[in-house]
Amino acid sequence: MADIQYLAPRTLDEAVGAYAAAAGAARILAGGTDLLVQMRSGAVRPGVIIDIKKIAELTRIEETPDGGFRIGAAVTGAALAEHPRFGKVWPGVLEAVNLIGSKQVQGRASPGGNLCNASPAADSVPALVAAGATVTVQGPNGRREMPVEAVPAGPGRTSLAPGEIVVRFTLPPRPAGSGDAYLRMIPRTEMDIAVVGCGVNLTLRDGAVTAARVSLGAVAPTVLLVEDAAKALIGSRLEEAALEAAAAACRAACRPINDKRGTIAYRTRVAGVLLKRAAAIAAERAGRA
Amino acid sequence: MAKLHVSTTINGEPVEFLCSPQQSMLEVLRNTLGLTGTKEGCGTGDCGACSITLDGRLVCSCLMLAAEAEGREIGTIEGMAQGDRLHPLQRKFLELAALQCGICTPGVLVAAKALLDRNPDPTETEVRYWLAGNLCRCTGYDKIVRAVLETAAEMREEAAR
Ligand SMILES: Cc1cc2nc3c(=O)[nH]c(=O)nc-3n(C[C@H](O)[C@H](O)[C@H](O)COP(=O)(O)OP(=O)(O)OC[C@H]3O[C@@H](n4cnc5c(N)ncnc54)[C@H](O)[C@@H]3O)c2cc1C
Ligand code: FES
Ligand code: FES
Repeated sequence: MADIQYLAPRTLDEAVGAYAAAAGAARILAGGTDLLVQMRSGAVRPGVIIDIKKIAELTRIEETPDGGFRIGAAVTGAALAEHPRFGKVWPGVLEAVNLIGSKQVQGRASPGGNLCNASPAADSVPALVAAGATVTVQGPNGRREMPVEAVPAGPGRTSLAPGEIVVRFTLPPRPAGSGDAYLRMIPRTEMDIAVVGCGVNLTLRDGAVTAARVSLGAVAPTVLLVEDAAKALIGSRLEEAALEAAAAACRAACRPINDKRGTIAYRTRVAGVLLKRAAAIAAERAGRA
Repeated sequence: MAKLHVSTTINGEPVEFLCSPQQSMLEVLRNTLGLTGTKEGCGTGDCGACSITLDGRLVCSCLMLAAEAEGREIGTIEGMAQGDRLHPLQRKFLELAALQCGICTPGVLVAAKALLDRNPDPTETEVRYWLAGNLCRCTGYDKIVRAVLETAAEMREEAAR
């Protein structure tokens, strides 16, 4: 086996420098729950492994004064679950992150790794998209900010430029009366890959929806932000007609594959069902917020 | 190939070892350090036989590079008994025959202890979800779950005394 190098820089500048210098031969290591599996199978053979977990900004969880959150890209699911406030403000995002694998996997897996691994079925991604989260990315040309949904480019591919590292996620402040939810369809209750995933984020005033974001996972090459579904919900009181219109928009947005986990027809139908169920949970949470 | 020198703490003792950059923690525990209580089932994060704690957090040692142990604290099954005194979970597993071939057992015990350290009074559902990443080919899980619940009850009684 060729010589391989392990680096654990303490600053982002060092990490970006090493990543860019390795020109495609390097891989970023966060929790390793995708990367080390891929290395073991021989699917990925990096020359340099850059462990980003010693960089403080990448493992920090911060609540901003305006009530938003900044989550380091390499924060583990277990650490996020232990934060005293995050799960109260963003229960849907937390549920989605905590659906990733077992307790052992949760001890390592990060939302940054989930996003950058670019699986169409990644569980945390639809929830983060529904939340309206953005990512801060740092590369050789400095920092930029982009919506989460702009990162995946196709199965296993991202739109990150060479040398760019995801630094953190930013979740916006929550207006009163807001709630979110993420549901996935799997044939069992644990340890499986989503057949369909659906994230819904709602703000209600006096029972009427004033803002909505809807996203779907595992039904297209990348996560989908379904704006037509959100439009169908905004202004409604989540009556059956509005929910059915939003479900229809979800079904129309689906471009799934046929595989052993689900057929095209099944995934498409389930997308509509999950939209209705997730919207009900989000609305219930919004009512309490 | 250039070896990395790693200084870490395992079960409370300072330990140093050499490893290659892509070697897993599991490989080093078993093959370099002779700590063979930690088992390999799958090598891909699915079975939990390789469970250890890293700074108190439950992780799969097959999905961790040995190099990542630098400056951290590792806990393995070898650290669970205090000398000849078995941990209450270990005693209960023997008493209730919550194991057959035993390959999954070290991982199950490490995981169950991580649960009870956080939650001394888990429900059956909480135990089952917590241990969902520990596969057992033999027992059908019921005896394992019962042993964890009974240990938790005993440890609570002990603590109340
Ligand atoms: C047993 C098991 C069960 C699983 N179950 C699920 C599941 O239910 N749902 C699910 O969605 N996933 C699941 N996964 C997949 C995996 O755990 C997740 O995708 C996880 O979030 C990956 O995070 P990580 O920190 O381990 O990533 P890593 O493996 O460290 O990295 C993943 C990829 O992203 C790149 N990367 C990581 N961080 C950054 C960054 N900050 N900037 C740029 N690139 C980066 C890496 O180079 C690598 O290519 C499972 C995996 C296992 C082993
Ligand atoms: S050997 Fe690590 S999870 Fe199976
Ligand atoms: S006792 Fe044999 S695998 Fe669990």
